[in-house]
Amino acid sequence: MNDDDIISKMIVLHSTFTLPSDLVIRIYESKADITVKETCFGLIIEGKRSVVDEVAREMRAIDPNRIFIKERGVPPGDPHRCRVGRGGGPKPGFHQHEIEFPFLPYITSALEEIERGEGKGTKMTRSLPIHIEKFKDIIEKEVAQFK
Amino acid sequence: MVKVFIYPSNSLILSDLIDRFGHEPLAVMREVGKKIRTAGLDSPPINITPEDPKIGLKYAAVEVPSGVRGRMALLGPLLEEAEAAVIVMEPDIGFGCMGCARTNELVNFLVRTKDIPILELDYPRTEENAKAFVHMIHDFLDGLGKGDE
Repeated sequence: MNDDDIISKMIVLHSTFTLPSDLVIRIYESKADITVKETCFGLIIEGKRSVVDEVAREMRAIDPNRIFIKERGVPPGDPHRCRVGRGGGPKPGFHQHEIEFPFLPYITSALEEIERGEGKGTKMTRSLPIHIEKFKDIIEKEVAQFK
Repeated sequence: MVKVFIYPSNSLILSDLIDRFGHEPLAVMREVGKKIRTAGLDSPPINITPEDPKIGLKYAAVEVPSGVRGRMALLGPLLEEAEAAVIVMEPDIGFGCMGCARTNELVNFLVRTKDIPILELDYPRTEENAKAFVHMIHDFLDGLGKGDE
């Protein structure tokens, strides 16, 4: 990984009081040498890795628990992804976000818990598949009812 | 900073949490970005260079579908760099680079053959589980320390 590599990052907002335009203004103020595109979910920024990483850190600091950032493969407005040239339809990558987006408020409240030092050691409850013997018992009981 | 492989590799939540807690997420977007910005490819990342099948052949035999080998050319180098992994079991959806079930099985198998710490989780479906999801990732990454650096 080279600091001079050109990379893109997505800044996804899930906030009721920070808007993409607030972030854009902060980037313009910082005079960082990057390309910025305002989108419905937040921003896409592109530039040298070192600069983009620094800007992403600054952006996260504005609203740390409600701003989510990931690297993006394609640059903003890339013809392979842009819907103008593809005749509409969802962009590749949209479906993953569609699945993850509803969970972002919960992620925010978990991050707030971590900030407060709460919730350490919490485990997920995993629903394991039913054992075959137990399933056989259930079938036999149900079948016996109809005999 | 520990290099953490994530699966699904295009996940926003996993990529963000690992970066946020001070580690480096190994995500496929980085590899796709390299392809996109390589001059000479007509339709990146769908095109591959003559080097890619060679990289893919390291992980899958020649009779394995070319889609698997092509995807492994992207995911393989990430797996080799991985010092830890966060795996979400049976994710709801897989598109693009993550849209091949056989590649995903191979990736999961290869992660498990590596002697690295692995955290296995399910995608959360309730608020409680979503919170626990974050706490488990936080505790796991906390336990990794700061790596060799």
